[in-house]
Amino acid sequence: MKRTRLLAFLAVFALVVAACSPSTEEGSTTTAGGGEGSTTTAASPGTTQAPSGGEAGSGGELLILQWQAPSVANGLLSSGTKDFLASSLVLEPLIEVAPDGSLVATGLAEEVPTIDNGGVAEDFSSITYKLKPDVLWSDGTPFTADDVLFTWEYCSDELTGCAADLSKIESVDVIDDLTVRFNFTEPQSYPYGAGFVSYGSPVVQRAQFQDCVGEQASSCTEQNFQPIGTGPYMVTELKPEDTVTYAMNPNYRGIADGKPFFGTVTIKGGGDAESSARSVLEIGEADYGWNLQVAPEILLPMEAAGNGTIVTSFTANVEHIELNQTDPKGDPPSEFPSQHPVLYQNGDFAKALSLAIDRDALVTVGYGPTGTPTCTFWPVGDQATDANDWCKTRDVDQANQILDDLGYMDTDGDGVREAPGFGPLVFDYVTSTNAVRQSNQDIIKSNWEEIGVVANMSNQDASLFFDGTSASDFSIWKFFTDMEMFTNGATLPDAAGYLHGFNTSEITSAALGWPANNNIVRFSDPEFDQISDEALTLSPTDPMYTDLVKQMQEIIVNKGAIIPLIHRGNVSAISNTIQGFGDPNGWDSEYWNIEDWTRSG
Amino acid sequence: MGTYLIRRILFAIPTLLVISLIIFAILDLAPGDPAGQLPLTLPAEMKEAIREALGVNDPFLIKWLKWVQLMFINEPLHAIESIFNVCFGDCEARHRIISWSSRAPAIDIIYQRLPQTMWVLGLAFVFGTLIAIPVGIISAYKQYSVFDNVGTFVTMIGYSLPTFFTGLLAIIVFSVWLRWFPSFYDTTLVVNSWDTFVLQVKQMIMPVAVLTLFNTAVLSRFTRASVLDNLNEDYVRTARSKGLGERKVVLTHVMRNSMIPVVTLIALSIPGIFAGAIITEQIFRINGIGALLITAIGQGDVPMVQTLTFIFAVLIVLFNLIADVTYGILDPRIRYD
Repeated sequence: MKRTRLLAFLAVFALVVAACSPSTEEGSTTTAGGGEGSTTTAASPGTTQAPSGGEAGSGGELLILQWQAPSVANGLLSSGTKDFLASSLVLEPLIEVAPDGSLVATGLAEEVPTIDNGGVAEDFSSITYKLKPDVLWSDGTPFTADDVLFTWEYCSDELTGCAADLSKIESVDVIDDLTVRFNFTEPQSYPYGAGFVSYGSPVVQRAQFQDCVGEQASSCTEQNFQPIGTGPYMVTELKPEDTVTYAMNPNYRGIADGKPFFGTVTIKGGGDAESSARSVLEIGEADYGWNLQVAPEILLPMEAAGNGTIVTSFTANVEHIELNQTDPKGDPPSEFPSQHPVLYQNGDFAKALSLAIDRDALVTVGYGPTGTPTCTFWPVGDQATDANDWCKTRDVDQANQILDDLGYMDTDGDGVREAPGFGPLVFDYVTSTNAVRQSNQDIIKSNWEEIGVVANMSNQDASLFFDGTSASDFSIWKFFTDMEMFTNGATLPDAAGYLHGFNTSEITSAALGWPANNNIVRFSDPEFDQISDEALTLSPTDPMYTDLVKQMQEIIVNKGAIIPLIHRGNVSAISNTIQGFGDPNGWDSEYWNIEDWTRSG
Repeated sequence: MGTYLIRRILFAIPTLLVISLIIFAILDLAPGDPAGQLPLTLPAEMKEAIREALGVNDPFLIKWLKWVQLMFINEPLHAIESIFNVCFGDCEARHRIISWSSRAPAIDIIYQRLPQTMWVLGLAFVFGTLIAIPVGIISAYKQYSVFDNVGTFVTMIGYSLPTFFTGLLAIIVFSVWLRWFPSFYDTTLVVNSWDTFVLQVKQMIMPVAVLTLFNTAVLSRFTRASVLDNLNEDYVRTARSKGLGERKVVLTHVMRNSMIPVVTLIALSIPGIFAGAIITEQIFRINGIGALLITAIGQGDVPMVQTLTFIFAVLIVLFNLIADVTYGILDPRIRYD
């Protein structure tokens, strides 16, 4: 008995000692517990100085919930969007992308280079950026073109494992402290895709990272967790997969204008999307919740509590079905140039399938305000084609008629049509494991049964489905089934570059080890190849450009490569007390204008 | 006992090596891509370069041997150095096990996460034990009384209701409706004043309560059964007939004998504290060790998963040994040699 008590006492003692063991935090931020509304406490760590402008940093704390927690603050070593976001408060690119898809010079560049202002060479061989003068790093040293050169060197070293693709830049010329020129390996009609645009490609400081190039990149933990940047905030502490805390950058160029408003920011990770939504919308204990992939019937009622608003940003994310152009039952499976006995360039069949799908039901069941039906793969602004908008009106009769005309009749009366030489129209239809996707699969399967087509639904875990190494047979790149459904999107509004992904040159194959190339559907059409190659030689401002982009969208649908379903937006929630948010940004960081955010009341 | 201890410890080392090899082999065979969460639009060569830089493609045995060297030699050396502030040899350039998703030393991240896991789960374990043992003893002593029946009912509920249900219920009631407690755990909170202490208590109450309910349920049933066994033994009758008071009979004689299996059970459950209650951590965003393991698996962060599972294996082996030794101490009939 005494021994048990002794053991219990020792256990408590050991736990207390363990819990009080030194932790690595330097600063402390306190949040008022319970949902009492906005918090106004500000506890700045002792390393920052008081701002010279009276207002900057006076707004207290901003609490952001990112259920996928950041792992690093150095965006160049990011392992996913969550890290790019954490880095975007500290590190900046040269040019940023505004919510409507236009490029703006709110980063480190003075203006967006174009052919008209002489920034882009006429033959697309180089681009010259003029940098903003008098910009300081958070440690007080001046930002110069040399730092841009260093960032390119850092990323060009393969051993660094840099997540930004700067491979199109052959060399970087530092013309003077505020001017830098990138020379391309080959002419780039969309030179902004070469790097340093948007939050995936920021600039880092040479002085801080110079010993971190190549193999050393992984051992530079302090630099990766607390990079020195030009942005409105600096990292005070980063706990990987858990929390990142920021304090205002005293050398930020907006201090004189009273920006940023908030003195400290915390990005808290963990949990899931639904609990983040609950915290922001129902309880009101956080200010922003990112990436709320929650079923609409759960998400929408939360807004009724009146603490926050759901904001959706649309870019180019389209949930679609890919129709395998090669034969998954061949040997080797799905290898170009084998041809699928039914789906190969069968535009009429694809049209019938598309007409039978009830897209409105897909949206109601799965997406709510975060998705709209779409009939094209690039539904972005003026560059979207409406030639295929017939798909928005469900027409089972016409679909049946098309299949009759194709000769796919139901000869044995079992409700399933047969194709000559192929047999019953039964297809393997796979997607990732996700409640919304499975409910959509159900709807589509029953839609197709009305026209005599059977889809064998299956789903695979996302980590296997989207595994770029294709270690398992279930990856989308191997495509060992007839149909796949997932969402693809573009990081930049570069229509020609994105749609070029259906060019024959981008086909993935076993011979190459199934690299994660873009032409997963193995589409190969000489007309499309010629148009897509030509579009890559034009500048986006060329009048022919939009024409070619529209033609490409039409071909991939009309020739039966894909069936577009839903134009999906990114959903987040923001507290009603936050002002200055503007439109939600799907192209760049959702925190791209965080220095403009203020709190009312 | 001494030779027994030494023999067990010596056996533990090859056991752990074999365990690490098996863990390594399973993870190596499993598909998973550390570059899998990067945007799909990143070119394939880039992702391959990132994987090369992380060392994903090295041959299996080389990877294992490197890891063994890091885990058995470099990491303990580093730990000793940081505790005692000394430096053996080339301590600056010594390699450590690096997590692939955050590019930081895996052990440092685990150590950073320990406080919240220990605070919440450790406290839940301690409270669970402190409540369960008296409840179990009284339930057994007053078998079939009102106390026993109520106790059985409550423990059955605590045992059957999953923690994600009770946790969510607690959040809805206490965070959404009553607004008494925050719905998530703030790991940056530093307790240095009465206010922050109150905040810390507030954010811990719900997860600790949820887990305590579960722990109490399990342990009290076991204690009750053990005490019941002993209450019917002859030595109890002898003690009573010698004129000893009930209190002394139960608290000195019966309890000591009943605690043997219970203490063994407690010792074997302690490694479970470190593994963390994954579901509860997820619901309350406690971001402890359990959540770390799950995220690491999902992200294909193999070094982190290996290190974590190996640490769990070490703890289980260690506490198995402690349980055996405790058993020997408590029960004089057991002698090892």
